[in-house]
Amino acid sequence: MHIKILGSGCANCVNLEKATRQAVDELGLEATFEKVTDYADIATYGIMRTPGLVVDDEVVLSGRVPTAGQVKDLLAAH
Amino acid sequence: MTTATTDRRAATRRWGLLGAAAAAWVGAYALNEVAWTWLYRTVFGLDLTAGWPSMLHFFCYDTIKITLLLTGIIFIVTVLRSFMSIERTRALLGGKREGIGNVLAASLGVVTPFCSCSAVPAFIGFVASGIPLGVTMSFLIASPLVNEVAIALLLGLFGIGPTLLYVGAGLVIAILAGMVIGRLHLEGQVEGFVYETRLRGQVVDSTADLTWDDRLAMGREEVASILRKIWPYLLVGIGLGAVIHGWAPADFFARYAGPDNPFGVLIAVAIGVPLYSNAAGVLPLVDALYAKGLPMGTLLAFMMATVALSLPEMILLRRVLKPRLITTFVGVTAVGIVAVGYLFNAIL
Repeated sequence: MHIKILGSGCANCVNLEKATRQAVDELGLEATFEKVTDYADIATYGIMRTPGLVVDDEVVLSGRVPTAGQVKDLLAAH
Repeated sequence: MTTATTDRRAATRRWGLLGAAAAAWVGAYALNEVAWTWLYRTVFGLDLTAGWPSMLHFFCYDTIKITLLLTGIIFIVTVLRSFMSIERTRALLGGKREGIGNVLAASLGVVTPFCSCSAVPAFIGFVASGIPLGVTMSFLIASPLVNEVAIALLLGLFGIGPTLLYVGAGLVIAILAGMVIGRLHLEGQVEGFVYETRLRGQVVDSTADLTWDDRLAMGREEVASILRKIWPYLLVGIGLGAVIHGWAPADFFARYAGPDNPFGVLIAVAIGVPLYSNAAGVLPLVDALYAKGLPMGTLLAFMMATVALSLPEMILLRRVLKPRLITTFVGVTAVGIVAVGYLFNAIL
């Protein structure tokens, strides 16, 4: 599983990454993380509100910071 | 137990809790000032017309009052806004011509949930999908200028009239500023990569399938996150307000920045821009200054300048806008704010 965190580096993306790492740990998944901070790259995902969460090149969430539990649901559904 | 029964029980519980919270809110709001007055006057035997007891009393009840206002109104606004998204805004603006487009963009800027960290991706998303630069700027100006924290506090401190004036003035500034920027044809002042960006993939509207529980949870999270962010500004603002309230001689501010000073509004905007704070920090001050005789237009201009023209946001926008366009944006918005200040001073 390849996970990308999209955002310029403000508190929201830091919190999103924290929640996602926790969710990955709790689910016992194998995942690689990548941070996308370049605005041109972020825009190519069609995201207009940061932070964004991309799993295997598919946008699963944008514009809000979920709890670890919510990320678990998103990853499980993926 | 069937799923329908479980759903019904969950709904009863959810709306019951919300109703109880609303009742507690109304009770606390109604009793707040009375309770502090009783504590200071009857229990401690203090004279509330004197300097420091009056200041302390003001500080305590104003802190509670403003926290309550922020909690209630931010919660309601966030839940309502969860029905609106920036993706939907872009779809609504697509293909609209300037003029109508600016009016729509400014109105949507007020109601669409949006934080300043997203100013750049939103700008790229709008411009790359073909929405005119001026229309995009109307949206970007209205969004911070007409701010839910400011609405909450104005409504609580000054009532509906000044709140409507504030919203109306913010809309007019955003519409006109966007139209001016559109007319100046500054498209060359946008960084090239914005136009080269290819939007691909499916646009995800993250608010499309939210349940009521999600929306209410978003309201709670937003209240917590805003209060966590602004409490130091809030306490400093209320503290300064309390000092002005309790100690400043009644005619001090009126003499220097009152209705008779033709430069009052200009001075207010010049002080407001670099003093970047947020509405929560500025409004308790505005309230205290109003009580000391400063005119409403000057105060609104001061407040708008502090919240709308912030250096951190300009630095963010520099990633997509060249300096000349940023300067134009600040200049046009500042002129609008000054004009609104003088207009309100003249008509109120």
